[in-house]
Amino acid sequence: MHSIVCVKPVPDPSRFDKLRLDPDTMLLRRDEAPAVINPMDRNALEAAFELKRLFGGAVSALTMAAPSAEEQLQETLALGCDRAVLLSDKAFAGADTLATARCLHAAVRRLGRFDLILCGGCSADGSTGQVGPQLAELLGIPDLTFVCRLELKRKVVRAHCRLENGQAVCETALPALVTLDSAANAPRLTPMHGIQKALRKKITVWSARDLRLAPKTVGLAGSPTRMLNIFTPSSSRKGEILQGSANEVSAQLIEKLRREQILAGGAR
Amino acid sequence: MDFDFPNPVKIVQRTARDFARQAVAPLVKGMEENGRFPKPLIKQMAEVGLLGLVTPRKYGGSELGFLARTVAIQEISKVSAAVGLSLQVHHMQSAALVDWGSKEQKEKYLPRLCRGEFLGTCAITEPTGGSDLLGMASAAKPAQGGYSLTGSKCFITNAHLGGAPLVVVKTGEGSRGLSAFIIDRGTPGFSVGREERKLGLWGANTGELFFKNCRIPEANLVGDEGEGMKVALKTIGEAGRPGMAAIALGIVEASLEEAVKFSKGRTLYGKPISNLQAIQWGLADILMDFETAKLLCYRASWLKDKGRDCATHMTMAKVYATEAAVRASRRALEIHGGCGTMMEYPVQRLFRDAMVCVSAGGTTEIGKIVMSRAVLS
Repeated sequence: MHSIVCVKPVPDPSRFDKLRLDPDTMLLRRDEAPAVINPMDRNALEAAFELKRLFGGAVSALTMAAPSAEEQLQETLALGCDRAVLLSDKAFAGADTLATARCLHAAVRRLGRFDLILCGGCSADGSTGQVGPQLAELLGIPDLTFVCRLELKRKVVRAHCRLENGQAVCETALPALVTLDSAANAPRLTPMHGIQKALRKKITVWSARDLRLAPKTVGLAGSPTRMLNIFTPSSSRKGEILQGSANEVSAQLIEKLRREQILAGGAR
Repeated sequence: MDFDFPNPVKIVQRTARDFARQAVAPLVKGMEENGRFPKPLIKQMAEVGLLGLVTPRKYGGSELGFLARTVAIQEISKVSAAVGLSLQVHHMQSAALVDWGSKEQKEKYLPRLCRGEFLGTCAITEPTGGSDLLGMASAAKPAQGGYSLTGSKCFITNAHLGGAPLVVVKTGEGSRGLSAFIIDRGTPGFSVGREERKLGLWGANTGELFFKNCRIPEANLVGDEGEGMKVALKTIGEAGRPGMAAIALGIVEASLEEAVKFSKGRTLYGKPISNLQAIQWGLADILMDFETAKLLCYRASWLKDKGRDCATHMTMAKVYATEAAVRASRRALEIHGGCGTMMEYPVQRLFRDAMVCVSAGGTTEIGKIVMSRAVLS
């Protein structure tokens, strides 16, 4: 059983309130919110470790990120991954979800045989939830998203997938890709005695050239979407307290909603 | 000059922070109410690797060093200085055995300490005082196959939780007249006395140890006979004081967070009190103390990891950080106004805990004597 877990370094969500936009460069100032493994990716790692405990095999961690992501990959090794691969190249900068999925796709192909790919349901920063399904599409394998319960029997994955108003129970044969919901499990803390062991393992680093990816297919050049602007929304909303009895304030409220054309004239 | 932590230390910091939030925070209320250390936490600390931070890997530790230990104790103490104290004293015994223990002693005790079979304990202080080592009265006399120990120790952290405390007692006269021993729980003549009630650090176990004609095999002598002074001074100076400094650092950080949170939420004259300059000055003072204490604590631990002379820096970090913890928690308490005196606000706990840290591991005055010797020598 070979599981590949895609992880992403994100600014520490517990310190999101410390994140600031640099007014000149419009880039995030991350000093006060250092990178951590994306929380839902920890759920994906935990699910992979559980499968390894049940069925044996190996777990590989994979990320496309800046060289500083070695820290998060070292942590995946300390957690229990057998191998960690960093896809890092200046050409990858500015990648949107599709360009990211292309890199991961090439890396998965290079990693060889696999049974299951696990990703976090979405990242704490971008929160698109697109990379997993895009990777599955490129690989031509089925994907199940926001899985909150995962079972594996005779090479068939059975998953409870979170929907907006319930859960769908789905099955698919391996190889497949699943993205994990935060309710899937309780991710373990990084055992400190695993850290020294992790330091002795080498992290594999692959560039665009190693992956035989043409420059125009990766990074900003390979991204069909563009970020036009990034800004802190101003909160200029004002509250207004209506005075009077319940009937009076109801009438006042309806009148205001009609005036703003939120309610049609005939509404009661 | 690189002020960033190495990657392993960053991982330890995050793990300790998560552990404190998940495993320690829910226990604080109970510890404050009943004053007891929650024993299941010992195994949990062992599982995540907190107990073996300064123990070599071959004895079951993670060997991540003293900077990692400082950062871990800081994170734990931010949530519970009482748990921070229990952990730091545990490390003291581990460090003493690593430095002075025989191969057999290391093999016998260090893995058990890492597994959390019991917490580490160091027993040096007696009713005559902790800093005047030569004034201690407990003495071990040669007896067949070892020693016979009679005496008592007081204010001992983890007294009731330790399985084999390290005890320093007299075996002769003068500075070469002290020796260190490991005394296994259950040894005839060894008993544990009452559990002390303290001003702060409620939930950290503190108690007395009694020895009456307690027979200790020679194999339990740590270091050579007469090396007890060295064992005590190195263990207090290079493990105990930085441990107390790290606890104090956690208290300073928690004081800052509590003061900021309260001042932003408390409205006076139609605005949060954080808009008032008097409050802002207080916050700035705490922040300066935090940053200064951090630099001293981290540098001292870094020196230790590099194998460089660090005792003076450790003392400096301890004196500064514990005094800073008192200043910061008092300032935070004052920012809370009347609310600061209410038990429902954690800031009163921070203030009480900080006060206990000042005298533990040597008072500020003793620390200044140690530092002055370094500049005068």
